[in-house]
Amino acid sequence: MRYLIRKFGFYLVALWAALTVNFCIPRLMPGDPVEIMMSKLGQKGPVTPETRQSIEALLGADSSRPLPRQYGDYLAGLATGDLGVSVTFFPASVIDIIGRTLPWTIGLIGLATVISFLAGVGLGTLAGWRRGSWLDNLIPVTTMFQSVPYFWLALILLFLLGSVWPLFPLNGGYDVYTVTPGWNGEFLGSVLYYGALPALTIIVSSAGGWMLGMRNMMVSTLSEDYMLTAEAKGLRPGRIMRRYAARNAVLPSISGFAISLGFVVAGSIVTEAVFSYPGIGSALLQAVGGNDYALMQGIFLIITLAVLGANLLVDLLYSVIDPRIRARS
Amino acid sequence: MTADTVALTAPVTRRRPTWPPLTAKLAAGLILGGAVVLFGLLGPLLVQDPSRVGDIGLAGPSGDHLLGTTQTGQDVLAQLAYATRGSLIVGAIVGVLTLLLSAFFGIVGAYAGGWLDELFSLFTNIVLVIPGLPVVIVISAYVPDKSLLLVSLVLAITGWAGSARVLRGSTLSLRGRDYVLACRVAGEKRWRILAVEILPNLIPLLASQVVFAVIFAILGEAGLSYLGLGASGSFTWGTMLYYAQNGLALRLGAWWWFVPPGLLLALFGAALSLINFSIDEIINPKLRSQTRASRRGWRMSSEQLRKAKESTL
Amino acid sequence: MTRPVLTIENLSVDYLVDPPVHAVKDVSLTLRRGEVLGLAGESGCGKSTLAYGIVRLLKPPAMITSGRAVFHSPEGHDIDWGDLGPEDLRAARWDKISMVFQGAMNSLNPVISIRDQFEDIFRTHRPALRRRERRDRCGDLLERVGVDRARLNSYPHELSGGMRQRVMIAMAMALEPQIMIMDEPTTALDVVVQREILREISRLRGELGFAVVFITHDLPLLLEISDRIAVMRQGEIVELGDALDLYTDPRHDYTRQLLASFPSLTGERGSFVRGALDDRLLALDAIDAGAAKETS
Ligand SMILES: Nc1ncnc2c1ncn2[C@@H]1O[C@H](COP(=O)(O)OP(=O)(O)O)[C@@H](O)[C@H]1O
Ligand SMILES: [Mg+2]
Repeated sequence: MRYLIRKFGFYLVALWAALTVNFCIPRLMPGDPVEIMMSKLGQKGPVTPETRQSIEALLGADSSRPLPRQYGDYLAGLATGDLGVSVTFFPASVIDIIGRTLPWTIGLIGLATVISFLAGVGLGTLAGWRRGSWLDNLIPVTTMFQSVPYFWLALILLFLLGSVWPLFPLNGGYDVYTVTPGWNGEFLGSVLYYGALPALTIIVSSAGGWMLGMRNMMVSTLSEDYMLTAEAKGLRPGRIMRRYAARNAVLPSISGFAISLGFVVAGSIVTEAVFSYPGIGSALLQAVGGNDYALMQGIFLIITLAVLGANLLVDLLYSVIDPRIRARS
Repeated sequence: MTADTVALTAPVTRRRPTWPPLTAKLAAGLILGGAVVLFGLLGPLLVQDPSRVGDIGLAGPSGDHLLGTTQTGQDVLAQLAYATRGSLIVGAIVGVLTLLLSAFFGIVGAYAGGWLDELFSLFTNIVLVIPGLPVVIVISAYVPDKSLLLVSLVLAITGWAGSARVLRGSTLSLRGRDYVLACRVAGEKRWRILAVEILPNLIPLLASQVVFAVIFAILGEAGLSYLGLGASGSFTWGTMLYYAQNGLALRLGAWWWFVPPGLLLALFGAALSLINFSIDEIINPKLRSQTRASRRGWRMSSEQLRKAKESTL
Repeated sequence: MTRPVLTIENLSVDYLVDPPVHAVKDVSLTLRRGEVLGLAGESGCGKSTLAYGIVRLLKPPAMITSGRAVFHSPEGHDIDWGDLGPEDLRAARWDKISMVFQGAMNSLNPVISIRDQFEDIFRTHRPALRRRERRDRCGDLLERVGVDRARLNSYPHELSGGMRQRVMIAMAMALEPQIMIMDEPTTALDVVVQREILREISRLRGELGFAVVFITHDLPLLLEISDRIAVMRQGEIVELGDALDLYTDPRHDYTRQLLASFPSLTGERGSFVRGALDDRLLALDAIDAGAAKETS
C-alpha cells in the first residue's frame, strides 16, 4: 500500500513537472509565438477575443501579467481541456487534432512496442538459457540493429520493400482512395497492411535491446542458489526456465521500460515522419514546420502524459510480479 | 567460531577495476570505432570542399567521385567526411556533459545520502520519465538558428537521467561495502573516500554509461537533423540523410547517397556496443564466467560438455 | 547389517580448469539406511563437490572423472545414478535423494509464494495428486517443521532465515525420499536457531527414517548429531568411523588437528553450551568429563 501511495505521489509530482515545463518553454524561448500565431490565424479567418485569450494563457504573450497569474490561467485553461486552436488545421482545435491522430500512434507504436518487448524478452530468455547456442551467438548482430537509426532502417526498408520490390505501400495509414474509415474488414485490413512496414521497423530496431538485456539477466540468474534448488527438485527444464529463471530475470527489463520508453517515442516520431503515418508524431512535425505553437505544445503535453501513464502502468505491473517491492519501500 | 575468526582476519578485500581482456569483441569494437574516428579526424583534410557544386548530379560511384555525387553534384565522400566529424563532435560533447551531469546527480547524491539523495533522485526520475526528443523538437522549433553546441547541450540535458539512475544504484551498494565503512570508522575524509574508494570502482560503469550516451546522442542528433531541426549550416550524418531524402535519393535509387551515412552510423554504434559488451563483462562477473573466452579456458572436450549438458542445465 | 541405501564407489571429480583441480579424489562410502553420516572438513576440501557429484548436479567445468553412486531402493533395485538418462535422472532427483543447500537464505525463489514452490514439487513428481490433497500435504509438511501453515501464502522475503531453512527442510521431505543431503544447512544461522533446526532434523529423522548426509566444517556439531563421521581433506576421506570412536580415538593426525582446533572440546568443560539433543549427547558429556579429569 505504501508502495502504491509513493508511486502515485511520484507521478503527481512528475505530472506537475511536465505541465510546468510545458508552461516554461514558450516563455523562455526567443521570439513571440503568440504574435506569430495570431498573424497566421488572422490570415485564415477572424480571431475571437476568447481564442486570443486561450492562446495567450498557453504561450504567454502578455508580459504585463505577473507570472504566477499567468501560471494560474494556464492551469485553469488545461483543467477545462482547452489547448487552443491549431493554425495548420484551422479551424480545428488542438484537442480535436490530438483526438484524431492519437489512436493511430497508439495503435502503431503501442502495439509494435509491446510486440518487440515480448519478442525480445522471449528470445533473450532462450538465448540466456542455451548459452553458446546459435541464438546466443546472434546477439551481437541484433545489437547492431539497435545502433541503426530507426529512420534509416525505415528508409532502407522502404527502398527495398516499397520501391525495389513493391510489396508494401510507401506511405499513409490506409488506402485513402478505395476504403472508407470505419469498423469494416476492408478498412482494418488496409490499416494492417499499411502499418506492417512501420511496425516492422520499430520491432527490428528495438527488439535487439530487450533481447540483450534479458539474455544477460538470464545468465546472471542462472547462477543464483534457487536455480540449483529448482534443479535438485527435479523440476522439468521448461518449468525451471519459466518460473524460476525468466520470472526473476525479466524484472530489470520491466523496470527498465521507463528508460527506454522515451527512446521508443523518439524513434517513432521519426518513423512516422518517414512513412507519413497519420499519427501524432507527424502532426507534431507539421506543427513545428508551420509555427503552430499551440498544437506543438498540446502534442508535447499529450506525449509526455502518455509516457507518464505508460510508466505508471508498468510500475503497477511490476508491483504485482515482484512481491518484494511492496514490502521494501 | 571459525567463521568469525576468518571474517576478522581476512584482509579487507576491495574490488579494483581491471582492464578488460582483449577479446575478439573488444578488438573488433576498437578497430571499427577507431577507424571511424580517424576518418572523422583526417578525412576532412583530404577531401574537396563538401559544398562545392559540380555539373554532374546524381552520378554513381566512379573514379572521380568514389561515392558518387548528390543531386547538385557535390561529392558524397567529402560530405561524408565532414558529416562524420560533425556527428562525432556531437557525440563527444554530449558524452562529456552526460558524464558530468550523471556523476553529479547520481554519485554525489547517493553518496551524500539523506534529503539531498531524495531530492536528486526525485529530480532524476522526473527527467527520466519526461521523454527527451519531444522536448528537443519543441525547443528546436523556437530557435531557428542553432549551433551544433546548442543541439548537443539540449541533447545532454534531456538524456543524462538514465545514467544517473544506474550510477546511483551502484554508488548506494558501494557505500555500504565493508571497506568503505572501515574507512569511515578510521576517520578518513568523506570526499577522500569518495575519490579514492568509490570512484575507481565506478569507472567501468561510468565508461559504459558514457559510451551509451555517445551512441544515443549521435542517434538523437541524426534523428533531429533528419527532421530538418538540427543545427543550421552543419554537416552531420543526419543532415546528409535529410538532404538525401529531400533530393528524392530514395525514389531515384541513389543508394550511394543515403546508404553510407546510415551505415557509418550503424557501424560506429555497433563498435561502441561491442566495446560496451566487454565493459559489461567487467562490471558483471557472472557474465564473465559465461563468456566464450572463459569457456575455452576449460579443459573440456565438446564431448564432455555435451555429456555434462545431459545431466544439468 | 542391513542393506545400505547408497554406495559411492571410487568417485573422483575434477574441475577442468587450467591447471585442473582434483576436488574429490577416489572417494568410497556407504550410507546405511536411516543413519546420519557426518561429512566434516575445512572449507574448500571438496565436501560440496562430493555432494553435488552424488546427484550429478555438477556444472562445467566440474566433471566426474571416475566412479559411481548407486542408490539401493527399499524394494531391492539398484539404481546407478550415473546410468540414468536425462529424464530418469530428473525424475529420480528429490524423489530418491533431496537436498538442503548451503545458501539457505537464497535457496527459495524470491518472486513466487512458498505454496507455489511446494506445489511445483508435487505437480512434477506426483501429477496424479488432487489439488485438495496437494494443498493439505503442503500445509502438513510445514507444520511438521514447526511453521504455521498460513505461511504457505507468504513470500520468502517475509520469512526469517531460520524459517526459510525450515521451509527448505519441509520441501526436502515432501516426497519422503530415502536420503537427504544437507550441505551446511545451518551455517548462515545464529546459534539458537541452529540448535532448534538440528533438533528438528534429528526428530524428523527418527519419525521418518530417512538417511542424512550432513555436511559441515563444524566437527563438534557433527559429533552431536551423527551416527558416523567421515573426515575429508583435500578431496580425500582420511578417516571414517563411528562418531564416538572418532572422538575418543581419532586415528588420523588430521582428525586430531581438527578436534584440537575447537578449544571448547578439549578445554574447560561447560565452556560450550549446548542443548540436550539425545542420549548421544549425554554420553558425549560423560566422556568429556572423563577426558577433562585425565588431562588435569
Ligand atoms: N568452478 C570451479 N572452478 C575451479 N575450481 C573450483 C570450482 N569450484 C570449486 N572449486 C575448487 O574445488 C575445491 C572444492 O570446493 P568445494 O566442494 O566447494 O569445497 P567445500 O564445500 O568443502 O568448501 C576447492 O578447492 C575449490 O577451489
Ligand atoms: Mg561447500
